[in-house]
Amino acid sequence: MVQKEYAGKVIELDDNGYFTNPDQWTKEMAKEMAKENGEELTDKHFEVLEFIRKKIKSGESLTIRSIGKSGITDIKGFYKLFPGAPLKKATLYAGVSKPSSCV
Amino acid sequence: MKKLLILGAGTGGTIMANKMRKVLERDEWEITIIDQFKTHYYQPGFLFIPFGFYTKQDVIKSKSDFIPIGVNFIQSKIDKVDGDNNKVILQDGEVLNYDFLVISTGVRIVPEETPGLKDKLWHKNVFDFYTIEGAMALAEFFKTWKGGELVLNIADNPIKCPVAPLEFVMFADAFFIDRGIRDKVNITFVTPMEGAFTKPRASKVLGGMLKEKNINVVPDFYLESVDNDKKVIRSYDEKEVPFDCLVTIPVHMGDSMVKRSGLGDDMNFVLTDKFHLNSTKFDNIFVIGDSANLPTSKAGSVVHFASEVVTENLMCAIEGRPLTAKFDGHSNCYIETGHGMGALIDFNYDTEPLPGSFPFPGIGPFGLLKETRMNHYGKLMFRWMYWHILLKGKEMPIPSEMYMAGKEV
Repeated sequence: MVQKEYAGKVIELDDNGYFTNPDQWTKEMAKEMAKENGEELTDKHFEVLEFIRKKIKSGESLTIRSIGKSGITDIKGFYKLFPGAPLKKATLYAGVSKPSSCV
Repeated sequence: MKKLLILGAGTGGTIMANKMRKVLERDEWEITIIDQFKTHYYQPGFLFIPFGFYTKQDVIKSKSDFIPIGVNFIQSKIDKVDGDNNKVILQDGEVLNYDFLVISTGVRIVPEETPGLKDKLWHKNVFDFYTIEGAMALAEFFKTWKGGELVLNIADNPIKCPVAPLEFVMFADAFFIDRGIRDKVNITFVTPMEGAFTKPRASKVLGGMLKEKNINVVPDFYLESVDNDKKVIRSYDEKEVPFDCLVTIPVHMGDSMVKRSGLGDDMNFVLTDKFHLNSTKFDNIFVIGDSANLPTSKAGSVVHFASEVVTENLMCAIEGRPLTAKFDGHSNCYIETGHGMGALIDFNYDTEPLPGSFPFPGIGPFGLLKETRMNHYGKLMFRWMYWHILLKGKEMPIPSEMYMAGKEV
């Protein structure tokens, strides 16, 4: 367990840097996290983050494909928004736990 | 007469028909099971077919052989469930009423989701082994193949039996060593995950096995398309992996009936309470097996463990009591590692696969998360248990709830 300050608040993070309590998350924190990677979040990014938070909250499984079917963006667009490993990055910024899509 | 309907006569549906016929009074309850197909496939056996260990005859039997006396079997496609009115509508328009419903319609591969996958190389240089047709076409191909780039790709998760792709590449390693052409076959495991398996300790052990067997791993590869002319697979971030033989685990989705019924998520998996195993939309609908959107493996062992929970909770619901059984996501998988050896993993929602011995602490005979010959025999023995014990809903010598004894934390 690690503690880190985002937007003036101390947040509990797991060993991979993911929020342990999604309720602590605010948009400002997401912006700060992105800034650490030299990235700027737009409204489109936040639409995706809100979609992820909603999915996780309802206990549904989350995959890249489900984001591609969300109507917010297609998969290619998702990769452009969060380059590299988009699902890992987007869930990190969304303040939810790391996805375990395969079980 | 009150009515219990079961949709799908695969592993889950067949077990439930057997279990429920034993506990429900025959003069009060009519049980009907519906499936569009006649043939029951032993799906774990598909893995063995490409390498010539099993033939088609080893993995098929008639579904009706496993449906008990006193259960009606209707062979038909299902149009949809009308949960508000407790009705199931069949493809020809016939309407069946129910008091309680069990959904066990499973999951299928959808190669059409990926551009170029089911194209001109399909079953020529591109194969699946999650269908009998794909497994047999690949067996034919391997008979005369002289070697080249053998690529196994997992298109997306979740998939049925998440260890099968690993078993496949380890079998392929052993198979081509025995054929004397392993030096001409380059084996690459291409996965959307960050390693061989997601659960950390199992991933490390299994990843180590792949390395020892000289199998390359390409992680974080999310398949966008297959280029049939260039013979490469391409990811969304434009990485390419060339192949001479592509073994694909295509995108998996639940039955389209689930979508038409409004009971599922965007991949047509039924929205299911992960502990009580009933639909989150209707209290008199229960869900078992691969068709559920549960965060555990889509595998026969899970179905078997879940069947005890569904049986108990279905009886609670029928008798108007609160649901007392709670599913822990227990999964138990034999992993073939080639050359007559095997590994075994045992885990649930909260506990990742750990090393140790199973089912008896310190004794085994099976070793957890390690390669032993006994584990391989366990896998072979399982086929007999599947047909003779599991499908018939009889007691298996393993409790449905996972336990920590024998596991090294």
